[in-house]
Amino acid sequence: MTPNDRKYTKTHEWIMVDGDTATVGISDHAQEALGDITFVDPAAVGKELKQGEECAVIESVKAASEIYAPIDGKVAEINPEIDSTPELVNHDPYAQGWILKLSNINQSQLDALLDAAAYDALTGK
Amino acid sequence: MKIIFDKSVQGRRGVTLPQLEPGVEAQLKIDGRYLRAQPAELPELSELDVMRHFTALSNRNFGVDSGFYPLGSCTMKYNPKICEKVAALDGFAGLHPFLPQLPQGGELTQGALEVIYELEALLCEISGMAACTLQPLAGAHGELCGMSLIAAYHRDRGNTEKKEILIPDEAHGTNPASAVGVGFATKPVPTDPVTGRLDIEALRGMINDRTAGIMLTNPNTLGIFNSEIDQVVELAHSHDALVYYDGANLNAVLGAFRPGDAGIDVMHINLHKTFATPHGCGGPGSGPVCVRENLVEYLPVSRVVKKQDNTFALDYEQPKSIGYTAPFYGSFLVYLKAYVYILSLGRQGLIEASQHAVLNANYLMNMLKSDYDLPYDRRCMHEFVLSASRQAKQGVHAMDIAKALIDRGFHPPTVYFPLIVKEAIMIEPTETESKETLDTFIQAMKEIAAVANSDPQSLNAAPVNTRISRPDEVQAARGMDFNYCPQD
Repeated sequence: MTPNDRKYTKTHEWIMVDGDTATVGISDHAQEALGDITFVDPAAVGKELKQGEECAVIESVKAASEIYAPIDGKVAEINPEIDSTPELVNHDPYAQGWILKLSNINQSQLDALLDAAAYDALTGK
Repeated sequence: MKIIFDKSVQGRRGVTLPQLEPGVEAQLKIDGRYLRAQPAELPELSELDVMRHFTALSNRNFGVDSGFYPLGSCTMKYNPKICEKVAALDGFAGLHPFLPQLPQGGELTQGALEVIYELEALLCEISGMAACTLQPLAGAHGELCGMSLIAAYHRDRGNTEKKEILIPDEAHGTNPASAVGVGFATKPVPTDPVTGRLDIEALRGMINDRTAGIMLTNPNTLGIFNSEIDQVVELAHSHDALVYYDGANLNAVLGAFRPGDAGIDVMHINLHKTFATPHGCGGPGSGPVCVRENLVEYLPVSRVVKKQDNTFALDYEQPKSIGYTAPFYGSFLVYLKAYVYILSLGRQGLIEASQHAVLNANYLMNMLKSDYDLPYDRRCMHEFVLSASRQAKQGVHAMDIAKALIDRGFHPPTVYFPLIVKEAIMIEPTETESKETLDTFIQAMKEIAAVANSDPQSLNAAPVNTRISRPDEVQAARGMDFNYCPQD
């Protein structure tokens, strides 16, 4: 089930807003396509990002892929578990496998993102 | 299998040296600074031990000399042994790299310098470019050198705003890293989903005054030739952006298309792909870079020049050169193999090599497209990309098909690349394979497709006929440990 408490991008990130901050991760579809994930390398805390800019690099046994900021924001926090246990992204992409939190977010950009149903349609679920 | 250190027996020797006469050791005047405190920890073995160890290792290896090796994007063609023979001649293999730099040393290395000079000229003729440096040590090193040349060109003109390189997403995977390595930012240009080629309208919307260059791979990683390449070049040049041509797929177009004729500014050639020098297991490779007139003055030093008396010399007086690219002159012995290959095939032979590479790929593609999905169904060049999407629905993925091919005696094709095709299986047969070999491979691929329907689990367990089955790839990436610790 694709959770409908958050928004999705065409490039397979999810973003969940909670007050002034937002949590970012990748979709179940994305983790499945990547295969076993070996490294997650998020942008540094404090980095200001524009929508669509690279906010992390994920390496798997198949490929290295960029993860893009779904909206403008500043990196406020990185999942402290993700460096030592990147497999969390495979096992629990929507909860424990979150990648980073953004502050100073531009909430007006959220409307243009996909909801769960639209994202499922995109991935053919 | 034990590693060679585990096989060591204290005191065992391959060659037993005679005892020193009494008192000789005391006369040896070696400064204490140069003596080891402890003997070097080398394995101690007889010559036979060493011979068996490395023969056993070579038997575990799989190379083009062992069987079909259709690793897409890698051009694993047969490496003719005459090339090895020439490269092993004492007059070449025994040359000291300092020799041409010593006073009068050039006189003793005229043959070697002439080979470099002539191979550069041959590559210029093949590529349609103005000048060449053989020095880069691999394809990606050639890309790095080419990007440095583009940076030098813009720096020399005061084009400080030129900071971006545009790279189609069907280009080679190393391209973005090479551009970033020189200090450029990169932007991906999408592929037209119908044609499988760079979307030229998207490119038109992306190119601007910040664009320093475009990196093209043509034919691209889908094995599709972009016949609009001249339009891409014209568009780039109208913004004073240069065009880099990744020559990794040159094996498809020898004698049919010359990048220089399309206005390409700079390109690399993989001698270890197109020109049949051995590769894999870390090389040595060779990635010569060819340029148009506008970039000649920035080429790396040294350059081999022909003097008025028809002798050859090294020239370091190139004030705008990007400098040194490789130790000494690059992979010299690899140049010899490529030189012999080009001269032995000749013009018509090279043209036919590409024609057969394309024919073989199209034969395989057409024989396999009913059993596997073919996302871009059009005439291919030297390689093509199938998708295992149909088999994936039964739980059989591209990786399982690759492993099943190992059980059937083949080296697997490239899988999961290019990234723009799901469950990609990228197949490049090369021109050196016979129809009989291709038919055996087709039969194996068809049989695997049938098993994917009837007994998918068995393919998830492949390979079963090998010494090891499936290494833990996550552990291999995350828990690398190359240190040897003696077990005593």
